[in-house]
Amino acid sequence: MTSIPEAKAPADEVVLEAIGLTKHFPVRRRLRDLFSSRHDAVHAVDDVSLMLRRGQVVALVGESGSGKSTVARLLAQLYPRTDGDIRLHGVSTKVTSGAAFRRYCSRVQMIFQDPFASLNPVHTIRYHLTRALKIHDNAGKTAADLEQALHALLERVSLTPPERYLDKFPHELSGGQRQRVAIARALGAEPEALLADEPVSMLDVSIRLGVLNLLRDLKNRLNLAILYITHDIASARYFADETMVMYAGRMVEGGDSETVTQSPAHPYTRLLIDSAPDPDRLTGDVDVAEEDRGNGEPPSLIHPPSGCRFHPRCPMAMPRCTTDLPVRLTIGDAPGHWAACWLYDEATVAAERPGSAAGVAS
Amino acid sequence: MTQPVLEIRNLNVEYGLGEQAVRAVRDVNLTLHRGEVLGLAGESGSGKSTLAYGLTRLLAPPGVITGGQVVYHPEKGDPYDVLGLSDRELRSFRWAETAIVFQGAMNSLNPVHKISTQLTDVLRAHEPTMSEHSRNARAREMLKLVGISPDRMDAYPHQLSGGMRQRVMIGMALILQPQVVIMDEPTTALDVVMQRQILGQLIELRERLGFSVIFITHDLSLLVEFSNRIAIMYGGRIVEEAPAGSIYRDALHPYSKGLLGSFPALRGPRRELTGIPGSPPDLKGMPTGCSFHPRCPKAFDPCAGNIPVLGRPGTPDGSARTVACWLHPTEQPVG
Repeated sequence: MTSIPEAKAPADEVVLEAIGLTKHFPVRRRLRDLFSSRHDAVHAVDDVSLMLRRGQVVALVGESGSGKSTVARLLAQLYPRTDGDIRLHGVSTKVTSGAAFRRYCSRVQMIFQDPFASLNPVHTIRYHLTRALKIHDNAGKTAADLEQALHALLERVSLTPPERYLDKFPHELSGGQRQRVAIARALGAEPEALLADEPVSMLDVSIRLGVLNLLRDLKNRLNLAILYITHDIASARYFADETMVMYAGRMVEGGDSETVTQSPAHPYTRLLIDSAPDPDRLTGDVDVAEEDRGNGEPPSLIHPPSGCRFHPRCPMAMPRCTTDLPVRLTIGDAPGHWAACWLYDEATVAAERPGSAAGVAS
Repeated sequence: MTQPVLEIRNLNVEYGLGEQAVRAVRDVNLTLHRGEVLGLAGESGSGKSTLAYGLTRLLAPPGVITGGQVVYHPEKGDPYDVLGLSDRELRSFRWAETAIVFQGAMNSLNPVHKISTQLTDVLRAHEPTMSEHSRNARAREMLKLVGISPDRMDAYPHQLSGGMRQRVMIGMALILQPQVVIMDEPTTALDVVMQRQILGQLIELRERLGFSVIFITHDLSLLVEFSNRIAIMYGGRIVEEAPAGSIYRDALHPYSKGLLGSFPALRGPRRELTGIPGSPPDLKGMPTGCSFHPRCPKAFDPCAGNIPVLGRPGTPDGSARTVACWLHPTEQPVG
């Protein structure tokens, strides 16, 4: 049995890093574009940088269509990237297929959203897990080794006793159990980084926390680096050390989870937090009056708005927001807290102030 | 208390016949009052959607209603049992009195017809004497009411965003001004920002038009914020029913407590949460006694053997709520 050492390397070591990651999906050209030089593309992800450290969870929060799943798939190298770099332990990697891809896979594994679709309905749990172990050379030499490895995997995801689950088919398990099998399969590769793409959104509310707590426990025991993708910012606060917020393919804010959720800086993050269901705002008293916090919908990513992509919805938009792309600006309240918003650039805010002689500079 | 508009009495729904039948809804008693939002919460498989389809008689075979009554109180006239209506009566009852916004409503629009056709189709069926001009006027008015510009009348569903399609569905449900609107997970497929906008609009419309809503969802935190009363279902039965505030502050049933403890909070201190151990019951092999007892942290002797009845608990606010749990034995069973 090739068991995973409980801690391979010092904590805080950067496992996987994305620098300026960009993905544009080409749009099918129509006949009338045949002679034009226009090449439309969906700007799914633009200039995303993030770091996954050992034993830490980074949450990527955003609405659907914000590009958060694309980031996960780029990091798993399921899509080739348009631009930017992915570094595994500081080494730039680009793999597409074959042995190199498998080597990469065995270090970076992905967990998908829908455990009803990610397990093959005609195969048993034993088959799924054996395959993962064999492909990544963790099955050992003898049948007994394999059996032991299978048991260890199921025990690791708290599906005990393992004999009860090994020969079942996916349809015989509940959603939570299936997701645990999917996690066990990912662990079969003995990865260093897990990319969890909405791992609990399809599960029943009462068992979501069980799966999240399991992931956290695994992170602590195996010293995994986890990217947790979600649209539920409250669960990001609960589960992740660091939270990044994406909007329309760009990162708008990032920092320590507690800081981002308790004192959000970017107007979009504020909108997201205000929109989350909050039982403390009791019963039916919806303030229709304060609904001007940025209604509307995310923009088209084929022709994204110029400047800040949130400006058409932003209640605090300034003229500069429509023209210049905001850069990452440090927010003073906590170390590592940043937002891509001109509101935190003093020069810009001063220039926009009514009565200011400068008016709109430039 | 205001007048009831819909009373469900001892409703039972089964899938299949004879020995193999699965009892999806068991002895449900529930009353919807005029103008209120009643939240129905539960996990998948708890029977909440089956209940909604049962009470509107939309169950597709092998679903069978095996017992009970659904008494509807029209605005004028005598109450009648929906389950006893003939097909013809049922056709005029549906939509005009009770409308449903289905789960995944975003996909329930017909992709090959314009929004205008789909909106006016309802009017054509229910009010055949109406002129085309007034039908169109009504459809436009409805779109405006749900916050869509009436010049989108001639759009096809794929030209609208998910949120707009959902609004069209809500508008369509309200077009005949029904007394009861049943919403089956209407916002599950939407983002939180859009969800809040649509629910805000719904509450506003309810105040203006005065219909009652049965709101089905698995998201209890959403219900606490948006509904007046909440009923919680587990394994086909209602286990607790109370005003939203009472459920949130002081839930009596351990399952309700567990559900409330399953949501990470966005504000306040960060707590360690556990969720509910185990998994939802299999309707084919329901545990004996209280169906929640294998997962219940507080289970004791009577739980495994006897089914607790839904009734008023002996707490100070007991007159406004019901619970089915041996921890809170009742003197006054309902139904």
